[in-house]
Amino acid sequence: MNVNKYQVKGFLKVFFIHLFLVVITLSCLFPLFWMLRSAVMTNQTIFVDKSFIPSEIHLENFMKAWVEGNFGMYFLNSVVYTVSVVVGIVIISSMAAYAFSRLQFPGKNFFFYMFVAAMMIPLPGSFVPLYVLMNKLGLVNTRFGYILCMINVGLSMSILLLKTFFDKMPVDLEDAARIDGCGKFGIWWHVALPLARPAIAVIVIFNSLNVWNEYILAQLLLNEPELMPLQRGLMVFQGSHLVDYPLLMAGLTIAALPIVLVYLLMQKHIIKGLTSGAVVG
Amino acid sequence: MMSLIKTKTAAFYNIKNNVENYLFIVPAVAIFTIFYIFPFIDIFNLSLHEWNGISLTRKFVGLQNFKELFQDEVWWKSFGNACYITLIALTFQNALAFALALACDREIRMKQFYRIVFFLPPVLSEVVVGLIWRWILNPGMQNGEYYGLLNYVLHHLGLDQLINNWLSDPKTALTCIAVVHSWKGFGWGFIMLLAGLQTIDRQLYEAAKVDGANSWNTFRHVTVPMMIPVILVVVILTVLGSMQVFVLIISMVGQGLVDYTEVPVTRILAAMMGTNRFGYACAMGVNFGLVLILISLTMKKVSDRMKQA
Repeated sequence: MNVNKYQVKGFLKVFFIHLFLVVITLSCLFPLFWMLRSAVMTNQTIFVDKSFIPSEIHLENFMKAWVEGNFGMYFLNSVVYTVSVVVGIVIISSMAAYAFSRLQFPGKNFFFYMFVAAMMIPLPGSFVPLYVLMNKLGLVNTRFGYILCMINVGLSMSILLLKTFFDKMPVDLEDAARIDGCGKFGIWWHVALPLARPAIAVIVIFNSLNVWNEYILAQLLLNEPELMPLQRGLMVFQGSHLVDYPLLMAGLTIAALPIVLVYLLMQKHIIKGLTSGAVVG
Repeated sequence: MMSLIKTKTAAFYNIKNNVENYLFIVPAVAIFTIFYIFPFIDIFNLSLHEWNGISLTRKFVGLQNFKELFQDEVWWKSFGNACYITLIALTFQNALAFALALACDREIRMKQFYRIVFFLPPVLSEVVVGLIWRWILNPGMQNGEYYGLLNYVLHHLGLDQLINNWLSDPKTALTCIAVVHSWKGFGWGFIMLLAGLQTIDRQLYEAAKVDGANSWNTFRHVTVPMMIPVILVVVILTVLGSMQVFVLIISMVGQGLVDYTEVPVTRILAAMMGTNRFGYACAMGVNFGLVLILISLTMKKVSDRMKQA
């Protein structure tokens, strides 16, 4: 009898825990499902048909969004920005982090703590003077200007992360390369960078997500549709006079799908990177 | 003579060495100086001027912008709105995150699956999240049927009295935004708190059990004290993040239309893009930045004291 009571109690406990988790899981997934479902309807059916699986499925909406909704162009822009910014950040931040970790020069600590301090000080309105500066430099409405701004956004965090990694890395291999006559840049490129691959993976993932999802600088700096990334394009589409909801939802799917795929493939790295940062910091 | 040559070559070598080393940090420092430090200084400078962003002359007005700002009711209201969103995030979002973390910090099936799903909303962009929810909360109707899923469901459950213009009703708009913000953010708190829970030594739980503690006492006297450092990190980051949320708001209700969904950052944007008052926008930025620094310093102090206790 006693055993039975405990069994029932234990079972109920596990049951309610699962119920709780499942409800929250559904709340996470349902909006995405609803987006997908609304993306394959027509302008007539979307307002009246509320069934989970619509009777007609119009997959051609994605093609329409890609071509007519300009989301293909926005998508390619987002790819260009993400790739350029991430490559830029990896090269520039790994060079700086390598110097901060291995090389000696006057003012080293000053420069390093400058980057660290930037991460600590919140500056919510900094986009105003940044916009003024970009205007003065003639970099508004240029891909180059936006890419430089976004490289700056990811720089501090990447330098800090890579420096921590280089500090823990043994120097033996670099010494061996030096004895073999390798210069400093050669050692950085041929020895340090390949060894830092795990840290670079984290930097690539986090900065890719960040650039792909960035909105405010894209709004301030890029006003020509040919230059806009996806997030900006979505808001322009939403702001048009009569919103074509199926196409908007198809556009949202186009914007969300790469992120979801990258996340599912890389979720171990993402969660590890996130929690290690939090536990250390 | 020989020694002099030696020191000279040494000095030359040293300079060459330093120059070479500096080359490594030059790109990073250059980009950082131009795109971070310069705007950082310029925001203070601009905040003392009246300037429309276009004309070649800026009028120096001293602290006039700040004086005006302190009497700007919409500005302070936007502060209140940001605090409201932050309060909901701190309570609702973090309580949910903690409860889920506790639920997953045990031997249950599909733990990995839950972890993956809960972190899905945080990786989506604010624009995507905002526009999906805007569609679900859409108040429009056609031929007696509601467009938006929420109103549709309420109607068909016979709860017509609850049907609402969710995002344009001053009573509900901000709460809807805060709830969506929490929906987007709780997975992040969950991951942090779960990582914290998993570092707690299981032997402590065993010891508590041996001492006859029930699960509430174990939670109160073992879990919570061990988790305080992680909880503090989550709280500080939640506050800083929620005070500055604005892309989600722009995507859910549009920009600068009504004051009941305004937050400080949307006010800065409105001053800059709407009324072309760049100096005033910078004064807002400085004011808001100082408040945020003050908040984080206070919380840092409180957390240091709590860690000692």
